[in-house]
Amino acid sequence: MPSLIDIRRRIRSVKNTQQITKAMKMVSAAKLRRAQDRTIAARPYGTLLRKVLGNVAAAVANDESGAENPLLARREERRILLVLITGDKGLAGAFNTNLIKAATRFVNEHQGAQITFELIGRKGRDFFRKREVAISGEAIGLAAKVKYEDTAAIARRAMQMFRDEQIDAVYLVYNEFKSVVSQKMTLSRVLPAELPEDSAPIDYIFEESPAEMLNVLLPKYVEMEFYRALLESAASEHAARMTAMDAATSNAAEMIDKLTLYMNRVRQASITKEIIEVVSGAAAAE
Amino acid sequence: MAETLELEVATPERELVREQVSEVQLPGKNGYLGVLPGHAPLLGLLGIGTLTYVAGGTTRYLSIHDGFLEILDDHVRVLADCAERAEEIDIERARRALERSQQEAINPALGVEPAQAMAAVMRAEARLTTAQKK
Repeated sequence: MPSLIDIRRRIRSVKNTQQITKAMKMVSAAKLRRAQDRTIAARPYGTLLRKVLGNVAAAVANDESGAENPLLARREERRILLVLITGDKGLAGAFNTNLIKAATRFVNEHQGAQITFELIGRKGRDFFRKREVAISGEAIGLAAKVKYEDTAAIARRAMQMFRDEQIDAVYLVYNEFKSVVSQKMTLSRVLPAELPEDSAPIDYIFEESPAEMLNVLLPKYVEMEFYRALLESAASEHAARMTAMDAATSNAAEMIDKLTLYMNRVRQASITKEIIEVVSGAAAAE
Repeated sequence: MAETLELEVATPERELVREQVSEVQLPGKNGYLGVLPGHAPLLGLLGIGTLTYVAGGTTRYLSIHDGFLEILDDHVRVLADCAERAEEIDIERARRALERSQQEAINPALGVEPAQAMAAVMRAEARLTTAQKK
């Protein structure tokens, strides 16, 4: 039976852990709010861009001179760039593990293809750097403060590789933010780009030729996809951490209760033992 | 015909304007465009300059550069890489940025691409002009 002091020590240690997890939960909640605000702020641009792109696409489809845009080129997917967006930190439940598992599964499913990784986030990078895979680039510390410029640079690099026909397709793997308790692992193809289907073409006056417009719009659209994925991932990470830390805090509370009960029992037992000793000692003296 | 048109201005990071306006002037790539309700549909690229709009009798200014514009009968959509309200611009900082970019433009030793430096000068000038209009 452990001594009273040992149990007290354990209780204190669990309490300390609980304080940390509680603080982390609070911090994550605050960060989650900010991340969510950013995601919401980015939405109007995305929606508008899709609308405009849809209208331009319709116009280009009707335009005989509209040359095929290189970003729409469909090729057999033999060389794939997989962009994996993980978090920079752990302690967020299954957030990173799920992504890494999904990426590994993707590699297994595409045995015939040559897969290159673009790793965003420390966790994914650390995992795949130790494995024998081709890596085209890595970025760390983006999720802490997602900036459009940083993500756009990565998107532009991917587009350049695609245009140069070094790769045939680009996929994004990330966690999509559904709600605070649910983050959905998402695998989506960004290149070759898919033009939004739209209603009847409007008879526009074009300042530039439709093909030229598409040339400028499409890269923006792809950049925006990357940016959105990163924002979603950042919000998901904070949400996942919040949930994980909440669970850890209540587990700690449960453990403290159990240990306290156990401690009281041990104390009771030792008191009882002492009484018995005194009583039997007195009885023997008679 | 509609009396007003809906103006939407957004950048990747936020939405700046979504309101009913009676008149918009905005910098196209090949010069300024004035838009009134009932304009013919138009698609174009955005230049560098000041977007002016009149909503409910008051005139407002935005500094804006690079992006797209779409004009429909009752709608103006502006997707800018960068946009700021005139009130938000710090004139002192804008002036310093202008001076710095001018230095970079005339002094190649500073290692900035001439074309980029010129674009930076134009952006800085546009911001300053916008800021002074408010």
